[in-house]
Amino acid sequence: MNHQNNRACPFQGGPTGLRSEHKKLAMKSNRLTAVNPLKALTGIEGFDEITHGGLPRGRTTLLEGGPGSGKTLFALRFLVHGAQDCNEPGIFVAFEETSKRIVANAEGFGWNLTELQRKRLFFLDAQPTPDLIHSGSFDLSGMLAALGAQAKAMGARRIVFDALDIVLALLPDVAAKRREIYRMHEWLLASGLTGLITAKAGGDEASSLYQEPFGFMQFMVDCAVILNHRVELGVSQRNLRVQKYRGSNFDENEAPFVIGKNGFDVAISRMLGRTDAKVTNERVTSGVKRLDTMLGGGYYRGASVLITGFPGTAKTTLSGAFAEAACKRGERTMFVGFDSDGTEVIRNLKSVGIQLDRYVKSGLLRMISARTITGSAETLLVRIKSLAREHKARCLVIDPVSTLSKAGNELTAHGVAERLIDWSKTDGITMVCTSLLDEMHGPAQSGTPLQISTLADTWIHLNYLVQAGERNRGLSIIKSRGTSHSNQVRELILSDAGVTLADIYTAGGEVLMGALRWEKESAERVANEIAAVAGKLKLVTLDAEEAVLEVRTKSLQTELVAKQVEKTLLTRTTATREGALSRGRIRMHELRGGDAAIARRKARLQ
Amino acid sequence: MSRPVTFKFRLYVAGNTPNSLKALANLKALCRTHLPEQHEIEIVDVFREPNRALTERILMTPTLVKLSPAPVCTIVGTLSRTESVLQTLGLELPTVAA
Repeated sequence: MNHQNNRACPFQGGPTGLRSEHKKLAMKSNRLTAVNPLKALTGIEGFDEITHGGLPRGRTTLLEGGPGSGKTLFALRFLVHGAQDCNEPGIFVAFEETSKRIVANAEGFGWNLTELQRKRLFFLDAQPTPDLIHSGSFDLSGMLAALGAQAKAMGARRIVFDALDIVLALLPDVAAKRREIYRMHEWLLASGLTGLITAKAGGDEASSLYQEPFGFMQFMVDCAVILNHRVELGVSQRNLRVQKYRGSNFDENEAPFVIGKNGFDVAISRMLGRTDAKVTNERVTSGVKRLDTMLGGGYYRGASVLITGFPGTAKTTLSGAFAEAACKRGERTMFVGFDSDGTEVIRNLKSVGIQLDRYVKSGLLRMISARTITGSAETLLVRIKSLAREHKARCLVIDPVSTLSKAGNELTAHGVAERLIDWSKTDGITMVCTSLLDEMHGPAQSGTPLQISTLADTWIHLNYLVQAGERNRGLSIIKSRGTSHSNQVRELILSDAGVTLADIYTAGGEVLMGALRWEKESAERVANEIAAVAGKLKLVTLDAEEAVLEVRTKSLQTELVAKQVEKTLLTRTTATREGALSRGRIRMHELRGGDAAIARRKARLQ
Repeated sequence: MSRPVTFKFRLYVAGNTPNSLKALANLKALCRTHLPEQHEIEIVDVFREPNRALTERILMTPTLVKLSPAPVCTIVGTLSRTESVLQTLGLELPTVAA
């Protein structure tokens, strides 16, 4: 009896083991979901957030969906997560598929069930055999009794009844079905197990889901989840909706999900209370120097950059420059190209001096050609996400992101774009997306098809200017959150040397680019030269004039000094002559002996 | 038809639930009328022996297993439709060979 071996396992490790399990759980579960003691985490990314912590613990949840909607996978994930990460062993009651096939299918998602099966996971094959003969009414007491013994033996905390509809179909009438559902519910409540019942509902939700006995079941259970699988314009779209959840609030909207490599991935939009990604002031270069200047230093780390433009406006080139710059810094980068193969992109970018091949060789850069991936926008997003995580990318280029809104995806594309940005921000990935604009509409009229433009942090628009028989590329920054940015249109020039931006000329209200700009530039150059020469000439003339004046000043000064000397001399000689004259006169008087003179002398002597 | 064969039955019941009691009564009545003195009935109560139900994969109760004579066959339910039960057990005389 195999369950006797199981007896030892349930809570091995004791309380310490449990605590470490909890720690692991807290770390492993989404950083966004707090562990709620009233809820049992499913481990399904997104679903635990929608329900704020998983399925109601110790209660019953009904999971409904059409064929191939992912019910078994959901249920299995719930059990595997419990057994592996929450120390909650589980029982899987398989009414439809054999446990062997389920285990084999699960291997594809990387879940090692054979290992788990030994201790913490028990499969009960409960497929009704075709040669089973029915005669009269029966009930499920036998199974429930058996399961009770098993649950006790292995210390199970979770249980899944997969495809209950199969066994209900064997019951003769609605009353009997109701009775068995009720019996099962009572048993689940008494057992204290967290139960998950899956049941098929026809493709059309409205027609079959509310029919007996499922309608009754929906009222009985504490939580009901509906999985939907639709095809819109040939593209498969899956989504999930929590219909009811007693005693808890939940996100009521349909949430798209994808069955991918890792199992079940529910897409959710940003929810309240979610921790924001770290915001930094760090700048990363755009790969084009002048563009960095225009942006006041480059893109912000972790920002989402949108480059829009008509076909051929060098969107890929600009994003390639970003990728190259990122690789140069040694950052792991992923380039998702929807239009052309990775090798083609590398070759094409080489022509404008962007060398990506060496980074691909070194493993730093990963080129993803997504042209071959078909499926819903949601699938694409999940693929991109898982590839980016696998590559540990810090920078991401999606060229073009408008592919997401291809046929069949119009309705969901916007939500996907929203989540793409949301995700890249949470993971701190700097992302450059290009988007094709409809030729008919400018950015001002329509925005981008995905309306991603409102979400992006920086929006660079590229367009053509056809003028004088030329088509030239112009670049302008429509917005750049949190940075002062240039309002100027620049001309984008691609050459072997790389990508450069040039100032454009405005003349008479018209923007000049290309050859016209060149003409204008050279004309200006000539004018400058002439002005420079003229200036020099003038300077020389002035120098000469100055010299002349200086010389003149000097000679005048000399003349002045001479004049002054002459003047002094003149004054002095005049004085001497006058003195000599007066003395002569007196002497003459004396010599003549005049009376008057004698009398004057006498008077002087007295 | 001449040589009497012993029919070995095993009936899985779930305690004293109505279905199980009905099945037991029906089986006994059937044996009395069709297999007097040539039957053995083992009763397994899955409430008392849940592990047997698990290992023998008895999911619905009541379940009747005819162990011998071969082939082994299983009938689920209260055995209220006597005709089909008899047919399954190979007890009904073939009317006209088709």
